Amino acid sequence: MRYPAFLQRIADRADVQPVRILTFSINGQAVSAREDETILSVARENGISIPTLCHLDGLSERGACRLCIVEIKGSPKLSPSCVTLPRQDMEVITNSDRVLDYRRKILELLFTERNHICSVCVSNGHCDLQSLTTELGMTHVHYDYLHTRHAVDASHERFSVDHNRCVLCQRCIRVCEEIEGAHTWDVMGRGYLSKVITDLNQPWGESTSCTGCGKCVQVCPTGALSEKGKSVAEMTKKRQFLPYLKLMRGDESR
Amino acid sequence: MTRIRVATTWLDGCSGCHMSFLDIDENIIQLFDRIELVYSPLVDFKTIPENIDLALVEGAVSSEADKEEILTLRSRSKVLISFGDCAVTANVPGMRNQFSVMETLSRAYIENSASGQILPSGFVPKLLEYSRPVHEYVTVDLFLPGCPPPAGVILSILNDLIDGRPLSLGGKTRFGA
Repeated sequence: MRYPAFLQRIADRADVQPVRILTFSINGQAVSAREDETILSVARENGISIPTLCHLDGLSERGACRLCIVEIKGSPKLSPSCVTLPRQDMEVITNSDRVLDYRRKILELLFTERNHICSVCVSNGHCDLQSLTTELGMTHVHYDYLHTRHAVDASHERFSVDHNRCVLCQRCIRVCEEIEGAHTWDVMGRGYLSKVITDLNQPWGESTSCTGCGKCVQVCPTGALSEKGKSVAEMTKKRQFLPYLKLMRGDESR
Repeated sequence: MTRIRVATTWLDGCSGCHMSFLDIDENIIQLFDRIELVYSPLVDFKTIPENIDLALVEGAVSSEADKEEILTLRSRSKVLISFGDCAVTANVPGMRNQFSVMETLSRAYIENSASGQILPSGFVPKLLEYSRPVHEYVTVDLFLPGCPPPAGVILSILNDLIDGRPLSLGGKTRFGA
């Protein structure tokens, strides 16, 4: 909430409106955090690694992929650390057998939903999903594949979208809305039938809102969004621009 | 020293994993002091023998013949390894899974055929509805991903198995590698 300028100066003063500092523990290690920081952010500040897929520094959190789940003592369910705020004296465990087991299962289920063929993918070797298989020790998929049929939309002049490789992380949606301000991308459908769409589910090349900036392509964790003309393993993504854009705009709310 | 009895087979795949195996180059001479290749596309035995110590399976299970082969091989092998991405995930052969068998066949034999335009019947194995990973049919003891798995990893895994050392891939090979 914004106050009139003379009141805002007082509201902004840390000694009048201090942000509460909490102390809690992660894997038995005592940590302190601002009350508005997520568990994921505090863990990373303290050198504790938690795997993520839908998270990207510079974008708002969505909690879509659930790979960053952690155990919180006293809670029967696992919580996604990217959208969970700490409480005083909370005890967080990031690496219990239960957590590691569920993370691997979630990753395997992502592989069953679409048709991820690393060996023929433009992003082979530069893919967040592929790296996670090594990081989480996924050796194979224990579940039946769904063999769902998905389209490739190559109607855009410079980019294409292959829904076979999409993990519904919604990074494209967020960067388009929050950074580019175009909101070309959105999601339609429910559950495993969900898919990312441009405008009102029109071909990307016919989108009237798309500015052609390509930010969605650069933030996509897999080969789902790629530049045309790239062959197997040639699509490397450039994401360094995000934190700078955020900083230059002085936008700390996200 | 008794040599361990090794079998390799090639189901629905491109033979690239077997080529990568051969890429261990001169190491193959020392390796063959320790293993005996009792069944493989690289040698001339036509039937799967009994008492196999170690089986390497390349390729996905895509046809009736693949299915019969993997069931027999499993029943005669102590340790079975899913060898490469096609065996582990169905990989490229699995790309037909979003289409029906009829759509796949007509794409290959009718739409893209300059002459003939006849669907195969009888003289090639019948395709199964889906091309599936090996572990969906039989128990697999070790998964060796990669397209193909690097030669060095194949050699070190074989040596570890023969010496009875604990197996760890430790990120040395991955899907699509």
